[in-house]
Amino acid sequence: MDITFNHVSYIYQANTPFAHKAIDDLSFHIPSGSFTAVVGHTGSGKSTLIQHLNGLIRPSDGEVSIGDYRLTNNAKPADMKELRSRVGVVFQYPEHQLFEETVKKDIAFGPENFGVASEEIDKRISRITADVGLNEEQLERSPFDLSGGQMRRVAIAGVLAVQPEVLVLDEPTAGLDPRGQHEMMEMFHNLHEQQRLTTILVTHSMEDAVRYADHVIILNNGTKYMEGKPEDVLSRKEALQRVQLDVPEMVQFLDAFEKKFGKKIPFRRQSAAAIASEIRDRLREGDRYE
Amino acid sequence: MNNGLIIGQYVPGESLVHRLDPRTKITVIFFFVFIVFLANSVVSYSVLTLFALASTFTTRIPIYYILKGLTPVWFLIVFTFILHLIVTNEGNVLINIIGFKIYSGGVIQGFAISMRFFLLILVTSLLTLTTTPIEITDAIEDMLHPLKKVRFPVHELALMMSISLRFIPTLMQETDKISKAQASRGVDFRTGPLKERIKAVVPLLVPLFVSAFKRAEELAMAMEARGYQGGEGRSKLRELKLEKRDFIIFALFIAVVITLFATRNY
Repeated sequence: MDITFNHVSYIYQANTPFAHKAIDDLSFHIPSGSFTAVVGHTGSGKSTLIQHLNGLIRPSDGEVSIGDYRLTNNAKPADMKELRSRVGVVFQYPEHQLFEETVKKDIAFGPENFGVASEEIDKRISRITADVGLNEEQLERSPFDLSGGQMRRVAIAGVLAVQPEVLVLDEPTAGLDPRGQHEMMEMFHNLHEQQRLTTILVTHSMEDAVRYADHVIILNNGTKYMEGKPEDVLSRKEALQRVQLDVPEMVQFLDAFEKKFGKKIPFRRQSAAAIASEIRDRLREGDRYE
Repeated sequence: MNNGLIIGQYVPGESLVHRLDPRTKITVIFFFVFIVFLANSVVSYSVLTLFALASTFTTRIPIYYILKGLTPVWFLIVFTFILHLIVTNEGNVLINIIGFKIYSGGVIQGFAISMRFFLLILVTSLLTLTTTPIEITDAIEDMLHPLKKVRFPVHELALMMSISLRFIPTLMQETDKISKAQASRGVDFRTGPLKERIKAVVPLLVPLFVSAFKRAEELAMAMEARGYQGGEGRSKLRELKLEKRDFIIFALFIAVVITLFATRNY
């Protein structure tokens, strides 16, 4: 589903001394099937943005459209539940939403609410537990007996079990160990490709943005600061530092390389191995002419 | 999250009322609540209203914000007025609709009682609007100090109060977060039959309790790590001290009380 923000603003606690504009005149378009990273400093409006995507809040001004659903200040889709079944949101620290007696029941909670038949739910559960890296034996345990990382996987499985078309991820790897972070992002990326999801990843990690996204939006103080392809946006060091963000390590390395050896290797999101062989070629080139 | 209800909400500011000693504010408001019931004439009501409005304007909190925040209370005030209008049978008959009579006494009575109600709510909400919860508990601890002689656990009570006040906003945020997460999983808190809506509360309450217990445990641990062992011998970061302005306000308030007594029955 295509997602469009058209001059959207959102004000918390409007008409009180505490009024606070979290999003200010924000416009962008996310094409169906893309993997978009939304990056920004704390308080830049990322979390407010994603709450619009499944109608948890409605814009104070402007219009949000998700596929055929339209949200404005005074209009909402007739069937909000349908919208929420098609847009799955994994919130920050999603393990805080677990409540059922067993892992299995908790994963089934979402699809049950959206009226999925129970045989179908069982089928989905056995597939998804494998996807997120849980084992069958854990399904009958209480989610509160699991480790933090496993609880996170259960919560994510609960969102995936609804089989949304749009998957919104709000810092899904925060607080996991490095290996868990990598596994989880790989899983989201595989799902994105296999099921042709439209994925929106809210993150602090420039590495994740550059590795997985094909479209990047940088937010600052509730407005759009930059938008474009990751290799273009994420290599602009000065512009990013102005909003307290850093370029990815790979770009930092290429910069340092250029300073030291006077040879520029353009950043095209190549892998570490590809960069290594480019460096080899360029240095050999240098030998020849010097 | 905040449905315009301002009872218990603190609005930061630098006004005279904000800077008063919390004990002064609590004492004045405590006695104000009593003297409201002594007013019985137009003049005495005017004296109290003048005092309440003057205090309100001194806080420099926008008046529309306070009035809007009292919306849930307006209903009660109007209800009280109508109730008195109907049940009082004193004075002259003003209107007579098919045997259903409204007396002048009813109008006066209704007006007086609603006014009382309004003044009470307005003045008491000024306390929380201009005083941080920490200041209030410090003041209560200080004012209850004499009870220590009879082994009443004043410090522990004050600590319990400040911890609960401290965690109200946190729990509200948490509730908001979890209810949004569950709404995304298809829970409907707003529509549907009552039975379904009651069932919808379970996915909200369980995570809320789990995190509240976890938080309590962490807090206890953090307090112990910093050497907390109760009130005995513990020094204070914020010492309460009565200033000149506090005595002026006390004097002013006593003047109001005397005027009130003088103008009763007029």
